[in-house]
Amino acid sequence: MAAIELSEVRKVYAGGVEAVKGVSLTIPDGAFCVLVGPSGCGKSTLLRMVAGLESISGGTVRIGGRVVNDLEPASRDIAMVFQNYALYPHMTVRQNLEYGLKNRRTPKEEIARRVEEAARILEIGQYLDRRPGQLSGGQRQRVAMGRAIVREPAAFLFDEPLSNLDAKLRVTMRAEIRRLQRRLKTTSLYVTHDQLEAMTLADQLVVLNAGRIEQAGSPMAIYEKPASLFVATFIGSPAMNLVPLDGPGASPLATLAGPGKAKQTLGIRPEHMRLLEGGAGVRADEIVLDLSVSGVEVVGAESYVTGRLANSGPEIAVRVPGYSHLEPGASVKAAAPLGAFHRFDAESGRRLELA
Amino acid sequence: MPKAAFPNKILPYLLLAPQVLVTLVFFYWPASQALYQSVLKEDAFGLKTEFVGLSNFSAILSNPNYLSSLQTTLIFSVSTALLAMAPALLLATAAEKVVRGKGFYRTLMIWPYAVAPAVAGLLWLFMFNPTMGTFAYMLRAYGVAWDPLLKGDQAMLLVVVAAAWKQISYNFLFFVAALQSIPRSLVEAAAIDGAGSTKRFWTIVFPLIAPTSFFLLVVNTVYAFFDTFGIIDAVTAGGPARATETLVYKVYIDGFVNLDLGGSAAQSVILMAIVIALTAIQFRYVERKVHYA
Repeated sequence: MAAIELSEVRKVYAGGVEAVKGVSLTIPDGAFCVLVGPSGCGKSTLLRMVAGLESISGGTVRIGGRVVNDLEPASRDIAMVFQNYALYPHMTVRQNLEYGLKNRRTPKEEIARRVEEAARILEIGQYLDRRPGQLSGGQRQRVAMGRAIVREPAAFLFDEPLSNLDAKLRVTMRAEIRRLQRRLKTTSLYVTHDQLEAMTLADQLVVLNAGRIEQAGSPMAIYEKPASLFVATFIGSPAMNLVPLDGPGASPLATLAGPGKAKQTLGIRPEHMRLLEGGAGVRADEIVLDLSVSGVEVVGAESYVTGRLANSGPEIAVRVPGYSHLEPGASVKAAAPLGAFHRFDAESGRRLELA
Repeated sequence: MPKAAFPNKILPYLLLAPQVLVTLVFFYWPASQALYQSVLKEDAFGLKTEFVGLSNFSAILSNPNYLSSLQTTLIFSVSTALLAMAPALLLATAAEKVVRGKGFYRTLMIWPYAVAPAVAGLLWLFMFNPTMGTFAYMLRAYGVAWDPLLKGDQAMLLVVVAAAWKQISYNFLFFVAALQSIPRSLVEAAAIDGAGSTKRFWTIVFPLIAPTSFFLLVVNTVYAFFDTFGIIDAVTAGGPARATETLVYKVYIDGFVNLDLGGSAAQSVILMAIVIALTAIQFRYVERKVHYA
């Protein structure tokens, strides 16, 4: 049990490339922190610096109050789950689980007890004498987690552990990781590029972009109040609709401009809008947008209708319950509640709050 | 399997012909000649030939010189294979750690493989020749009674080192490839699991390159058995007192120097059987090679 504290952590590679540009972050004891960002944003590098697999160019990393900058990975009291599982292929599952404990000269009975317990929690008891090559992806994933659990470390580090699984298994394993972490209450740092995974797993969500933290907070806080255009479009699927106020088709929205002279961009999520079909009325707090339909994506339970704003403006997606029969080329009206709009400074990308 | 459609019925055979011809002329013909000659007895001038059945074989197998040559070959092959593999593995693990100039370093390592066996032999002969060799001079300066021309064990050491030296590059290449095929995350996982670098090597890396090591062991043994004629001829010519006369070298001495063609042919037939056995073992294991995935 330990908090992880990063302060002004930097990574500069030999060629002068700065992959992580001063990240400060505190993960409280027992919290599940997810680092999310597009590829190349430095999230894996950051994780590997915490693990000790990558040297730290600047700043300090503390695990449980202890500065670990110059400690070997083995001395940091962490366990890591790798993207490709990194199970030792020539050892049985049991040997895989025992390896780290044997290296630490844990007493035999203690090793047996921990392996037994991990096998019970993860339901891998019947595979203990098989080799990783004889297991399916999901089973390997469990073994990889088992190897982390038996160590009973101060923190778990996950490096995109679900990205090698198929979509269905990913959802089950995601729930399982969450349940496991709640049960063990071990501080966890989890790296992913999948915003859905990030939203569902995190107590604390950290959005990284180009080596810097764009925003950190609870998933819903970030979803409801994205601090920048980057976060607004990265978190949420389909992405938030953006309308530059000085662009074509923006005139009905001009009244929404926030104070100040800066160029502004408005954002609204597809699920906050509705189509005005079959004589549905407009409420007083709604604004009406004219869209010419360019495409319809039917997901099953819902559909996303995409249309160009006032023929030449930006594309706007609107969530529609059920099956939408609209054809491309049709003209529709969409109603958007005034309170659902987000305002951003078009140049800096930062969020603008109304007074 | 669907058949590839050749419009012409003869074309496929024509395309195969060169390879088949080469194999026939350079392998099957000499091999069948050896088989044929091994059951004949011929006088030194080739005037009289007589069929003697298996008596050439029984003569060889009861000849103490042949049996001691077999022993020499075993010692030579095993030492050469081990001496060619251990440094190659050491160099390959070192090559993994090179940060700058990796390609340059690897290229340098491969050069000795391009040296012809006889030239490699001469190189070592010159370095360690008791009368003019620089290293022989240095050894004697340190009080080592170095004289491979008179001392059998020293002669053996010299040919083993020369033969192994040439093969290190080849093994190095295979070890480098094998090491590269081990996912980095495995080694990292072991580091997090508290294994130091020595322990990581012996518990993770070494078992994972075992199939390559076994393959190389067979290849190197075959090399030491059959491809070291040039080195032995150049360095010791089988001497002193047959101390470095391996089976292959004995085939040459008995056939082309002593002109016992039948006996020599019988020896080469035995060698052929050995190489077939070794190859079979190798294929069996390469096929069974554990698939780690």
